[in-house]
Amino acid sequence: MTAYTATVTVRLKRGVLDPEAETTQQALERLGFDLEDLRSADRFEVDLDAADADEAAARADEMAERLLANPTIHDYEVAVAER
Amino acid sequence: MTVAVVQFGGSNCDRDAVRALEHVGVDAERVWHEDGLPADADGIVLPGGFSYGDYLRAGAMAARSPIMAEVRAAAEAGVPVIGVCNGAQIGSESGLAPGAFTTNASARFQCEPVHLRVERADTPWTAAYEEGDVIEVPIAHGEGRFEIGEAARADLVADDRVLFRYCDADGNATEDANPNGSTDNVAGVLGERESVAVLMPHPERATLPDLGRSTDGAGILEAFA
Repeated sequence: MTAYTATVTVRLKRGVLDPEAETTQQALERLGFDLEDLRSADRFEVDLDAADADEAAARADEMAERLLANPTIHDYEVAVAER
Repeated sequence: MTVAVVQFGGSNCDRDAVRALEHVGVDAERVWHEDGLPADADGIVLPGGFSYGDYLRAGAMAARSPIMAEVRAAAEAGVPVIGVCNGAQIGSESGLAPGAFTTNASARFQCEPVHLRVERADTPWTAAYEEGDVIEVPIAHGEGRFEIGEAARADLVADDRVLFRYCDADGNATEDANPNGSTDNVAGVLGERESVAVLMPHPERATLPDLGRSTDGAGILEAFA
């Protein structure tokens, strides 16, 4: 078994309104920053032991499918690195 | 008929729901989620609140608690189930109803009376109304914006599963009458069975005559009578 960190990034699908990101963008603009757009995402770092990177990724993928993301509004990606 | 009002950590409309149900002549009791669903529950309410502090997403944690497997099984067996506000979020998150309820377009918590147009009058939840009736029921949520993918939205409309839409006092489902940016002004939908429904507005807050503006929500709870 190898120790991995699986990083699951969950973000709203393109086209789904993100009022929190819009509010954050407005606050940055009030602070004088010039920006075109801003998107927010949730990142989960999952430490786990697995036989190989593929198994670690598969388990993290299932975590995203079953809890971390809501498929109606979210896309997600999984990246695995040895820890 | 005994209705189980499922109480999670952070539920806060459970007592209101019991009291409103009793007002319309329905026996109801609060059931702590860890105690499981009573065998004699012949109706289920998922009440409003902030279960698990809305961690991750509103309703996400409660939707995956063990009692929800029992609730889904009961729903599939035909037991009437309604999710209100946080209960609607839990219902959507657990697959009882289509779509998702997410952050209001305003990015603010909104607590206000709204008008709803009854889109279907031939369901247990709306038998007290006529199709097209306008009722006044309050909302109180920060994550009530109904979102659904385009294909699923088309199915929802084709299957006629929209139960209520936000509208103005005359029944027009306009953008101005949409409090939270919900897709197609959707305020409540049916699950796969007509005996399952979720809605963001609070019928239990518009049932008792002493509470104020409206008792229009009583008809929804009368589904259990």
